Amino acid sequence: MSTPEQAAPTPVTVESPRADFLRRFLSGDLGFLRVLIILVLIWAIFYSQNDRFLSAQNLTNLVLQITAIGLISVGVVLVLLLGEIDLSVGAVSGLCAAIMAVFQVKHGWNPYLAIAAGIAAGTVIGLLQGSIFAYIGVPAFVVTLAGLLAWQGALLYVLGDTGTINITNSKIVGLANTFYSETTSWIIGAVAVALYAAANLWGYRRRVAAGLSDQALGPILLRIGVVAAAAIAAIAEFTSDRGLPLAALILVAFVAGFQYVISRTRYGRHIFAVGGNIEAARRAGINIATIRVTVFALAGTMAAIGGIMGASRLLAVNQSSGGSDLLLLAIAGPVVAGTSLFGGRGTVWSALLGALVIGSISNGMDLLNYDSSVKFMVTGGVLLIAVVIDALARRQRQAQGRV
Amino acid sequence: MNANAPLLQLKGVSKRFGPVQALNDIDFEVNAGEVVGLVGDNGAGKSTLVKTIAGIYSPDDGEFYFDGQPVSINGPGAAVALGIATVYQDLALCDNLDTVANLFLGQEEIAGGVGEVLRQLDEVDMEHRSHELLDQLSVTIPSVRSEVGTLSGGQRQQVAVARSLLGEPKLVLLDEPTAALGVSQTAQVLALITRLKERGLGVVVISHNLADVFQVVDRIFVLRLGTRAGDFDADQTTQEHVVGAITGAEFGEKPAGENRSEGER
Repeated sequence: MSTPEQAAPTPVTVESPRADFLRRFLSGDLGFLRVLIILVLIWAIFYSQNDRFLSAQNLTNLVLQITAIGLISVGVVLVLLLGEIDLSVGAVSGLCAAIMAVFQVKHGWNPYLAIAAGIAAGTVIGLLQGSIFAYIGVPAFVVTLAGLLAWQGALLYVLGDTGTINITNSKIVGLANTFYSETTSWIIGAVAVALYAAANLWGYRRRVAAGLSDQALGPILLRIGVVAAAAIAAIAEFTSDRGLPLAALILVAFVAGFQYVISRTRYGRHIFAVGGNIEAARRAGINIATIRVTVFALAGTMAAIGGIMGASRLLAVNQSSGGSDLLLLAIAGPVVAGTSLFGGRGTVWSALLGALVIGSISNGMDLLNYDSSVKFMVTGGVLLIAVVIDALARRQRQAQGRV
Repeated sequence: MNANAPLLQLKGVSKRFGPVQALNDIDFEVNAGEVVGLVGDNGAGKSTLVKTIAGIYSPDDGEFYFDGQPVSINGPGAAVALGIATVYQDLALCDNLDTVANLFLGQEEIAGGVGEVLRQLDEVDMEHRSHELLDQLSVTIPSVRSEVGTLSGGQRQQVAVARSLLGEPKLVLLDEPTAALGVSQTAQVLALITRLKERGLGVVVISHNLADVFQVVDRIFVLRLGTRAGDFDADQTTQEHVVGAITGAEFGEKPAGENRSEGER
């Protein structure tokens, strides 16, 4: 027998970059680009029906409308990456906003302390639900379904007889109603883009220095250009209305921060591993229970933050806070924007883009005076299409032997 | 510490799954620089034994010695910490992650400086080391940055074996490393096993393919229905004897090739 070392090397097929791009686009790996196209289509349709849709005032309103849902979706993305689901985020957001309001309005707490208490309540709820899921093994679906009911009950209990608590404190109201002046807006935008460009270019420089120059500079510059253009367009739009809203800044900061965590840190890598192949993750020595508990705690925390932003915008907490379609839209958003329901695939940006898509539909239909019956049906249709695309993409990956 | 002590020694290890006695009073040892073939029919307990050594299952009974020291392996982390690396039959790769991420999963490099607080990954260093490792093992894959799910079966097996070497283990457990491979890829994996041995590592290979086993192993340990059915030196036995021990076919009370009786220990 010939020595094994002389065995013929495995033939390697290398796809052309264009074919690779096309395949990735079709198989859903580039869900990010797909959702941008969907968004442009939706905007074009509404703009053609009512040109006020793309006015600076309406787009600023749109951003304010999606802040709460987008922040809740950030936590939902983390849970979806594990291949799990959290049905309690809507109820948790309402309860935590109520906790904040009760402490601040009824007990006269310092507003920041009240906000911290509301957020902490979300974290504790997430820890509790995550622990029941991770250590006792009750499916997350059921734990959080029970949570959905229980926290809604807790909301009614916390609110007591009054039912509605109006928020007048300027610090809390300011969260969703602060707009930066034109100069400040541009400075914030410039700093954000500069940081983004610096991080990208520094990473590229390190790769080249280490002899790993397989990544071309062109796409990186293109990406920086696209982000810069988007930032300039957004700030130009905001400043021609009331100015850059603090709410938008909070939303983008959380999205960018969590995107960094999931794509650049060990913790994020382990989230993807657990969502991709739990057995492989366990054998690699990853503590599955810790990942699960912390992810649900973060989902609860983000739900609380979203709920508080929502309360700040509505100037009140009432018995329907966090109810209605909030939960389903917070889950639908990331899925529409390409985060897989099957785990292991997705970005935190999908929380922002998905909220934009869903918020645009809702905002546009309000503008055109459609009934909420139509609104629900259209939103449902968009979600269904997104999930079908997700399932088809998964099937195609399986056909290629990639689960 | 006894310099002549085996790298890994198991004494009287048993494992039960409900009514099934998967392992029954197993004595097993591996020396440094030795390749041991672990063979047996389906359900003989090969995978259970390997998973017990790897810390996936905790044994109901028995003692473990590593480098002559008594140890308890109470989890995959403990096994890895001792220097035991395992490559499973199902490879246990995350298809949604790229080769670099899979190679370093659970033992990621962390960047220095500001990023260290958040446990930021040092992707550049990991990618650099991935290239080094794969070159060393003559593994060719299209790109270390493409998802492992896009690789062929042979490439995935090679990534899995390469992964096991990253922690600089002393003992490598391979569960059916050639099961799904073609002829040339099998030869590559067998060559890899020989290279591990030359590095002074202890290697345990589970295989159904006796022809493969005989090419690379020094010793063959046979399990049948959870009990030890034979322990042969590879150059002093034949495939027939090993098959006899696997199936329980009689070659007399003590097959001629069995030269490691209990009395020798």
